[in-house]
Amino acid sequence: MPLISLYDIAHARTGDKGNHANISLIAYKQEDFELLASEVTHEIVAAHFNARQPTEVRRYLLPHLGTINFVLDNVLDGGVNGSLNLDMHGKTLSFHLLTLQINQP
Amino acid sequence: MQTLAVGCGAGFSGDRVDAAIPVVKTLINRGGPAAIMFENLAERTLAHQHLIRRANPSLGYEPLLDLELRPILADCLNHQIPIIGNFGAANPHGAAKLILHLAEELGLPKPRIAVVLGDDLSTPTGKLLVKQYLQAGFNDVSFVCANAYLGAFEIAQALQQGAQIVVTGRVADPSLLLGPAIAHYNWSKTDWDALAGATMAGHLLECGAQVSGGYFADPGKKDVPGLENVGFPIAEIFADGSCVISKADHTGGLVDCRTVKEQLLYEVHDPAAYITPDVVADITQAHVAEVGPDRVSLTGVKGHPRTDTLKVLAYFDGGWLGEGEISYAGPNAEARARLAMAVMQKRMGLKMQLRFDLIGLNSILGDDHGVMLEAVKHSHASDVRLRVAAKDESMANIDLLLRELTALWTGGPAGGGGVRVAKRQRLSNLACLIPRVQIPASIEFV
Repeated sequence: MPLISLYDIAHARTGDKGNHANISLIAYKQEDFELLASEVTHEIVAAHFNARQPTEVRRYLLPHLGTINFVLDNVLDGGVNGSLNLDMHGKTLSFHLLTLQINQP
Repeated sequence: MQTLAVGCGAGFSGDRVDAAIPVVKTLINRGGPAAIMFENLAERTLAHQHLIRRANPSLGYEPLLDLELRPILADCLNHQIPIIGNFGAANPHGAAKLILHLAEELGLPKPRIAVVLGDDLSTPTGKLLVKQYLQAGFNDVSFVCANAYLGAFEIAQALQQGAQIVVTGRVADPSLLLGPAIAHYNWSKTDWDALAGATMAGHLLECGAQVSGGYFADPGKKDVPGLENVGFPIAEIFADGSCVISKADHTGGLVDCRTVKEQLLYEVHDPAAYITPDVVADITQAHVAEVGPDRVSLTGVKGHPRTDTLKVLAYFDGGWLGEGEISYAGPNAEARARLAMAVMQKRMGLKMQLRFDLIGLNSILGDDHGVMLEAVKHSHASDVRLRVAAKDESMANIDLLLRELTALWTGGPAGGGGVRVAKRQRLSNLACLIPRVQIPASIEFV
């Protein structure tokens, strides 16, 4: 099966709260939402962010908005108050999510 | 009843001070009842302002307040556009005083200013309350401040009593919009759906340009016209709490379904339960739709009863953060940067945990323990900047780290340049929920 990158069919934005990040994954076209929902599971996202060692990844489906919201717990090395990372908010993580490749049906 | 329009003039402390000018012009030209909100208070900003107030009791409010209000104050007062801002930070009375002086200097009649009080729990009694809820986590020696997130009803009360400017400290960001909406439509504390709808409108506006083309552009993929002149947003709020998001006229940027969806989910965890002091908003059945050029509606937001508690964030002195950088270029630059990293590791030994980045190879996605950096293969990069960062209780240890980095000038690998070192005080925080009955809020006209 051919692979496509999430970047081709979706956009994303990260937000931070304490040591947790949320990343919205938004289909450009409503018809691609089902593909995202079936392929981009919370396990796959957790593996993709393995280097940041999330303690839990939760996934919320918003079909009306063609959007999935991922919440990654404890991925910010302490967050805005504690992290030594240049990007202490984890704001750049959204485009890292978009590098994920999925099967194209 | 006429529709209320609320514009946003700032989305954080340090936002563009010329952003509000076209917003106010647009509100005046469109006519009808209007208000403008300024969101200046990110999580840490408030703790920094508490430290500033400690050093100088007349300060501790938004440092750009004068620059922010100067260009729009006369227009807002002359056109009955109330200004609502959390620019009071750690010293709302100080902010109010500055605004009174500013109005006088501009030759304007004395404005009616209300301050919202009750969020600051850094007082002796407030401290005791927070200590009771944080228990072992509370440290008397390192305590900096604690503030509760207040809601919109005090803002609404101030506006209904004729306030032209409402100065707050910590309130939930969306409450800055919800306050004027409650005052306009006279919503009750249990009009959950309306409160939730306007809360999400406030959420969309609270980061300024982030809903109107800022933080969105990706050349060739998501193009934004006139980004250098991005217009700040305006929300038209309807009687049922639904809204239409647009932006200031004659500006750059764009408002479409994509920009609104990105901001709608920004910093949201469970979309069925976005908790604010005023309501629990549910966007699982929400719809966004383009209803005109740069106009997007948000409908279908549901509201559930508010919780009995308020969120409180307490800040503590967290020691020091130090970081230093040095660059290498040309043949074998990467090997020299890696050697500099090894020298730092050996010189600092186990004194403190160091984070390394090789800017140009891997500097963002890795974690503080360097798991990802270790896996990055040697790539013969010819433009590499080594960064080292550490935190420590002791400023002397951080100074030592920064001296070691600086010593790479003469004692490190060949051709190192562009050394920069910096240190700053760290703040740690703890959150808790405290029954709202224990945190009475009030307003005071000055």
